[in-house]
Amino acid sequence: MSAQLDLPSMRATYWAENRLVLAHVYTSTAALVIGALFGLLQAFSRANWIVMPAWLDYYRALTAHGVLLALVFTTFFITGLSLFNVYRSIPRERMMTVGWIGYWLMLIGTVMAAATILSGNATVLYTFYAPLKAHPAFYFGATFLVLGTWFVGFEVLEHVWWFRKHHPGEPIPLVVHGTACTWAMWFIATIGIVTEMLILIPWSLGWTPTINVMLTRMLFWYFGHPLVYFWIMGAYLIWYNMIPTTYGGKVFSDPLTRLAFIMLLVLSTPVGLHHEFLEPGIAPGWKWLHMLLTYGVVLPSFMTAFAIFASFEIAMQRRGKKGFIGTIRGLPWTDPTFSAAAFGMILFIFGGFGGIVNASYSMDVLVHNTMWIVGHFHVTVGGPVALTFIGATYRLVPALTGRRLWAPKLALVQTWTWFIGMALMSSAMHTAGLLGAPRRTSDVTYMGMQGAASWHPEMVLTAVGGSLLYMSILMFAAVAIGTRFVNEPATTEFPFAKTDEQGLPTPPVFDRLARWSALALGLAVLAYVGPFRELFSQHAYLVPGMRTW
Amino acid sequence: MHIHRLERAWLTFGVGMLLIFLATITTAAVVDGFVPPSHTQTIDPTHVSQTPPFDHPGLHKLADGSYEAYYVAQIFSFTPHDLVIPRGAHVTFYVTSTDVVHGFSIPLTGVNMMVVPGWVSSAAHTFNQPGTFLLVCNEYCGAGHQLMAAQIEVK
Repeated sequence: MSAQLDLPSMRATYWAENRLVLAHVYTSTAALVIGALFGLLQAFSRANWIVMPAWLDYYRALTAHGVLLALVFTTFFITGLSLFNVYRSIPRERMMTVGWIGYWLMLIGTVMAAATILSGNATVLYTFYAPLKAHPAFYFGATFLVLGTWFVGFEVLEHVWWFRKHHPGEPIPLVVHGTACTWAMWFIATIGIVTEMLILIPWSLGWTPTINVMLTRMLFWYFGHPLVYFWIMGAYLIWYNMIPTTYGGKVFSDPLTRLAFIMLLVLSTPVGLHHEFLEPGIAPGWKWLHMLLTYGVVLPSFMTAFAIFASFEIAMQRRGKKGFIGTIRGLPWTDPTFSAAAFGMILFIFGGFGGIVNASYSMDVLVHNTMWIVGHFHVTVGGPVALTFIGATYRLVPALTGRRLWAPKLALVQTWTWFIGMALMSSAMHTAGLLGAPRRTSDVTYMGMQGAASWHPEMVLTAVGGSLLYMSILMFAAVAIGTRFVNEPATTEFPFAKTDEQGLPTPPVFDRLARWSALALGLAVLAYVGPFRELFSQHAYLVPGMRTW
Repeated sequence: MHIHRLERAWLTFGVGMLLIFLATITTAAVVDGFVPPSHTQTIDPTHVSQTPPFDHPGLHKLADGSYEAYYVAQIFSFTPHDLVIPRGAHVTFYVTSTDVVHGFSIPLTGVNMMVVPGWVSSAAHTFNQPGTFLLVCNEYCGAGHQLMAAQIEVK
């Protein structure tokens, strides 16, 4: 709707908004290009192709890779996308101040954490498990990154309040509803990491001598699993609301889309213990409960899979295509935005399968902390999430800069290269994991000890797949930068898909976000009150911090 | 709210599948005791070497013919480094750490657990096949993490 804004003052606002969103998107791209380079070096190191130099040892690179990709790349893209969604859906005069404060806080936090890691003072990996003790600047940086996102989240929710006030009785725009659910979930989830930081920071400053290790782990995973749903909700926002426009399709169902996001809001947090299945000090009953709830959060993904294929099929039938093959062939495979998202969807089939294995209680013993887990999160956050974000960038950057996409053929090759590279790399990682190869280890030859020999070939395949992926990332960077600086101006938009006009009205209860957030928080408390009480009821020994690198 | 007939079928299939998984895993847990390692015993991490039975790490035979193996994990090694187990032995492992968090994984056996300072972790396995098993630390513990391994020989 905002494409019709033509008042000069509004146009100025428009450009001011675009600059902020672009800053987020480009920072995310930069984090991807730098962070993935460390990943490539790790793959080469594990394949025994190179030996990492002392000034950039394997674990330092691994920490940088995890932080820059899992925390920085994803978060900056989602903050940018969220601002884009609310700004484009709710045209009004607005201040950019809150958004920019958020951006700078996130950036300062990122630079602080990255500098501390690269100087070798925070080789604690992106999970920073105590009692490994990093320099305080690392924890401060991570905290600033999270606090910065809160400003962006506030901006999103403030737009929902504003819309409610000025459009009483109207449903919240669909994309804004999903974005708001994502942020409500994020606020609930980040309580965990901020609480953990309140324990880690005084300890790293030397103000408290010791730490309760299990407490910090539980707080980390209270945040750590919803973190991955934060990424997935970002990808789903694009799948539901933007991808249909690439093939002239519509949103399959407005109420079911809202329901899926509400379920993700409610069920993403009370599941974190499935990362702690193999830990002492937590009774099996609590672990079982978290498995049950993890199965529950699979449902909105089932709904999403149906909605996407239904949207494909309805659009293709309207154009006279018949059957499954007709539908698939009718889709715009030469459009890099579509092909990126579609390849991401295919990869997510495998990601979902592996995820159910990981969440399955006793079965986790077979794969926990093996390369299988690494394969799993690469085929998920590096599959549907990263590919969808990349595909969306191919529409977002033209829409935000007012220029045509530079080298669309290169962009298309990029999506294929990524898909092939990721399929190869993640399947090798999964196989290595089933053979028992540990994750987070610079060299898995174990001085030639028996039992490790079967792992090396998979590490070589991982390095080959990783090389393809890095080539793909360089192509992506070239297209993203080329579009900004080289290409000719054009008027393009990245519009939101409309809902089928025959669709039924949305039940107003789906827009009662405060109520759903309260339910989400209540369920999180219910799922964690037992494990936390149990932890405090036992006499836990407090442990001093250590620097073992 | 209206839900499309095909979507209802798809979701019924999905939920049904999850319920089957849940029933299988729960049955295995209740009937066969396939429960993830969840030992709840604490230990002073600064006095592990003075705390029995960790003052004598290694294999101990119990009266009923089964075995207990006590391991101490510390950067970047396991004690004992070499363990010999008679073929067919049912071994319950007890592991603790004196410093940071470690992993305790014997690939291809189903023994896999986190080792947290201040806590004792436990898991059991019956070694029916002869051969040499690798024991690795599968949680990053510091600069020498990739060297942290030991061997178990089943004769």
